[in-house]
Amino acid sequence: MDLPVINSIPSSGEPAAGGGCASHSCGSTDDQLDHLPEHIRAKVHNHPCYSEQAHHYFARMHVAVAPACNIQCHYCNRKYDCSNESRPGVVSEVLTPEQAVKKVMAVAANIPQMTVLGIAGPGDPLANPERTFATFRELSEKAPDIKLCVSTNGLALPESVEELSKHNIDHVTITINCVDPDVGAQIYPWVFWKNKRIMGREGAAILIEQQQKGLEMLTARGILVKVNSVMIPGVNDKHLAEVSKVVKSKGAFLHNVMPLIAEPEHGTFYGLMGQPSPTHEELQALQDACSGDMNMMRHCRQCRADAVGLLGEDRGLEFTMDKIEDMEIDYAAAMVKRAEVHAQIAKELEEKDNKARAAKAELVSIQGLKPDAPATRPVLMAVSTKGGGVINEHFGHAHEFLVYEASSAGVRFIGHRKTTPYCEGGSSCGDGESALDETLRVLKGCEVVLSAKIGFEPWAPLEAAGIQPNGEHAMEPIEEAIAAVYAEMRAAGKLDAKPEQQQKVA
Amino acid sequence: MSLEIIESCVNCYACEPLCPNDAIYQASPHFLIDPDKCTECLGDFDDAQCASICPIEGAILDEMGVALNLPGSLTGISAEMLAKYQAAVEATYQAALEAKTG
Repeated sequence: MDLPVINSIPSSGEPAAGGGCASHSCGSTDDQLDHLPEHIRAKVHNHPCYSEQAHHYFARMHVAVAPACNIQCHYCNRKYDCSNESRPGVVSEVLTPEQAVKKVMAVAANIPQMTVLGIAGPGDPLANPERTFATFRELSEKAPDIKLCVSTNGLALPESVEELSKHNIDHVTITINCVDPDVGAQIYPWVFWKNKRIMGREGAAILIEQQQKGLEMLTARGILVKVNSVMIPGVNDKHLAEVSKVVKSKGAFLHNVMPLIAEPEHGTFYGLMGQPSPTHEELQALQDACSGDMNMMRHCRQCRADAVGLLGEDRGLEFTMDKIEDMEIDYAAAMVKRAEVHAQIAKELEEKDNKARAAKAELVSIQGLKPDAPATRPVLMAVSTKGGGVINEHFGHAHEFLVYEASSAGVRFIGHRKTTPYCEGGSSCGDGESALDETLRVLKGCEVVLSAKIGFEPWAPLEAAGIQPNGEHAMEPIEEAIAAVYAEMRAAGKLDAKPEQQQKVA
Repeated sequence: MSLEIIESCVNCYACEPLCPNDAIYQASPHFLIDPDKCTECLGDFDDAQCASICPIEGAILDEMGVALNLPGSLTGISAEMLAKYQAAVEATYQAALEAKTG
C-alpha cells in the first residue's frame, strides 16, 4: 500500500504562512505532527525525535551495537571516539547485543519516560545485520512496549526490509544526501558492494539506487520512513529541494535537513578541507524551501549514536556497563511503571495542546491576525525554555534558544540554536569569543529574545546587536508571549514593510 | 601467504564476517588474522575482502608488509591535510589541559 502523499498545507482553510507552513501547525505545541494523517500521528506522538513538545517529556536511547560500515562519507571519521564530542557517529563503547539489551532494560527501568530505542551506529546498523537484529529480536520479546527504530545509509536496506518488517519497528530513517550520482561523488568516496570496494561516482550511483529502492519497499509495507539529509553548502544545498520532492513522492513522511558538522579537529575530509557548515539563515531558508513539498523536521539535536535520556541531554555516563552490572532491577514492575508514566505524560500533553489551541484561537480573534489583514513583515524571536512550552529559563543559563517566526499569519517554530550559557562561560575563554559573543552570534537575525530573566550585563550588548531583551513574559506560554510581543511591535509601528519591499509594492 | 592487521585497526568488526576462511578474530587491543587460515581470498574473491571494506588506510598489510590501502586512497585526506589534523588535535588537547589546570 502506498502512504498518502502528505500536503503541508492543511485543507481546513487556515492561512499559509511564508514557506508553505500553515500557521497553526509548524509553530504549535505539536509542531510538525499536526500535518500528519491520524494513523501516522498515532504512531509517532510519543516519539521524542518527532515533536518539539514530546521531546521534553519522552526519552529515547541509542545503543551502539553496529560498529561496521559499508560506505565512507566525507563528514565522518571512523577513527574518532571521544566522550566529550557530541555528534552522530561518535560513541564511547561498542556493545554486544547481550550488553545492549541489558543496558536498554536498565535504562528503561530507571527512566520510565523512555519510549524509543534506536540503533544508529556508530557504523551502519544494516551493515551489522546479525548484531542489530539480535538486539531487536530480544528487545521485542523482553520490552514489547518500547518502540524500535533504526537509521541507515540505505546501501543494505533492500535486503533487510523483510527482516525489519518482522520486528516492532514502525519507522526507519534513511540518510539521503542526494539523488544525483555527480553530487554523490563529492560526498561518498567509496561504497562496499557485492564483495568489492567501488569508488567515486559509480559507488554513489549504487548507493542512491539502493536508497530509493529501500524507501519504496518500506513505504509499500506501511513502515514509516523519515529521510535525513546533511546540508553541505556548495555540494548539495541547491540539490536538496529536489531530494525532498523525490522522497516525498515515494512516500517518506518527514524530511529532516540537518546542518553539516565539520571542524578540523574532527579529522573528517570536510573538516580538514575547511568545508563550511551552513549558517542558521541558510539552513532555515532551505528548510522553508523544502517545506512547500514536504513535512520538515526542525528540532533535531543530532545526537550521538550512544545517547541516553531526553533529547538535548545525555545521561549515558550513568549507564556504563560496569554500573549496570550492579543495578538490581525488577523488569516486570518497571514495565508497569512505564505504562503509568506514559499515560500520565500523554494526558498532560493533551491538556497543554488543548489549552494552546484555545489560547491561539483567542489571540487571533482579539488581535485580528487574519489572513486578509494587511501583511506585516515577519520577525524572528528567540526564547529560552527548560521545556513545558513556557518561557522558564534565565538568559544566562540557556544552553540553547528556540527560534520562532512571528508574522501576520501566526507564530511558527523555526529551530533551535545551541550556545554556551552566558553565566558559565566567564567573561572570556582565552583567545576565543566570549560566551556572550557566541550567544549574540547564534541569535543573529532575531530581533527579540524572551527569557524568564535577563541580567543587567548582557542587556546593552543585546540591544546594540539589534536584539531587544524581554523578561516581561516569564512563565508564560511561548507562542502567546511571542504573539503579544509581535502585536506590541505592530502597534509601535515597528512592523512596516522594509523599504525595499515598500518600493516593490509601489 | 597471509595478510596482517596492525595497531591502527579501530575494531569496527566490518572485516570479520566477510572472511571466507574465518581467519579473522577479535583480540585485544585489535582484531587479528590467523596466518594459517588466511589465503588473501585467492580462489574466493578478486579482492581481499578485509582490505576491501576496511575504512582505515594502512591498517591491513600484505605479506611483504606493504599497506593494501595507501594514505589518501580511502578518505581523500592527503598527508598535508593529515598534518593539519594532528596539529588541530594537539591544540584541542593543550587547550583542554590548560582549562583543567586553570
